[in-house]
Amino acid sequence: MKLFNFFNRRASAPVARERLQILLAHERASVSNSNLVALLHREVLAAVSKHIEIDPDKVEVKLREGDDMSLLEIDIEISTSASAREAIADAAA
Amino acid sequence: MPKILVVTSGKGGVGKTTSTAALGAALAQSNQKVAVVDFDVGLRNLDLVMGAERRVVYDLINVAQGDAKLHQALIRDKRLDNLYLLPASQTRDKDALTEEGVRRVIDELRERFDWIVCDSPAGIERGATLAMRFADVAVVVANPEVSSVRDSDRIIGLLDAKTEIAEKGGRMEKHLLLTRYDAGRAARGEMLNVDDVLEILSIPLLGIIPESEDVLRASNVGSPVTLHNGASAPSRAYADAARRLCGAEVPMDIPSDKKGLLVRLFGRRAA
Repeated sequence: MKLFNFFNRRASAPVARERLQILLAHERASVSNSNLVALLHREVLAAVSKHIEIDPDKVEVKLREGDDMSLLEIDIEISTSASAREAIADAAA
Repeated sequence: MPKILVVTSGKGGVGKTTSTAALGAALAQSNQKVAVVDFDVGLRNLDLVMGAERRVVYDLINVAQGDAKLHQALIRDKRLDNLYLLPASQTRDKDALTEEGVRRVIDELRERFDWIVCDSPAGIERGATLAMRFADVAVVVANPEVSSVRDSDRIIGLLDAKTEIAEKGGRMEKHLLLTRYDAGRAARGEMLNVDDVLEILSIPLLGIIPESEDVLRASNVGSPVTLHNGASAPSRAYADAARRLCGAEVPMDIPSDKKGLLVRLFGRRAA
């Protein structure tokens, strides 16, 4: 048991490093871009919801930043009933 | 061209005041005229660490508000002729310090000194942002500890956003000073090592201050660690850091207090 503890104790620094990297990646994104992401979130939703009925809870906005490029991801889930209604409305028109 | 240096950190207790005193004294030892300024209104400590606590008459707020002249408030160090201290006030009113007041004091200091080293209060509140407001260079002090590294990241963000140099579109020169470092524990994987912290924070390294009894010993007697015992490991590390601040290329090694086996065996007996 003592031997096990001895080896276990060694591993704390890599754990600290990994935890920090994940945490700071999140914090940096949310601190520096919180306003921009919130603004885009609102405006894109407003634009889409003019035409399609959407559930605000089923929208995911993410900003991923890489070295060469950044990626703004907006996932909007459209329920099948809503899209089916749209299709019927289109056919009727 | 005078340099305004802010010594800052997110977390308290990582060694800002110790580092301010040590770097200020080391810069003064290299024949530059240095003022160390305590911005920690309400919790002043730089005077105590510098051994000048009984000589404080006027303070930063008195000068900022125009109640005292700068030369009345500056305390000349007893050991070094070209090292001066501008102490913080003990006042409980944290809003007594205004941006305009600080700007006036800094501008006046700029005319008289080569280096103005500002000791920031911990945190991200007004006091900390005022201390960094007019700086050209920042030393971010961190321990190899998760909470300290995280808070340092916040401070680096502030340095890039809330300072005058940043608002004018410039870039703050930032350096990391890693304090209380235990090379043995880092090698055993019990402590974040230098590379880990550098990779996470990605600002250049100014120096590594080893964990050492000499730091407490120096502050106990009210002396910057670089003046107390110039040969001690933290002292040499701070002196190297100060030389790097002046643009010198100094190899980055971690000074150690470790003595040879013989000294350890016989030294203990003699002590």
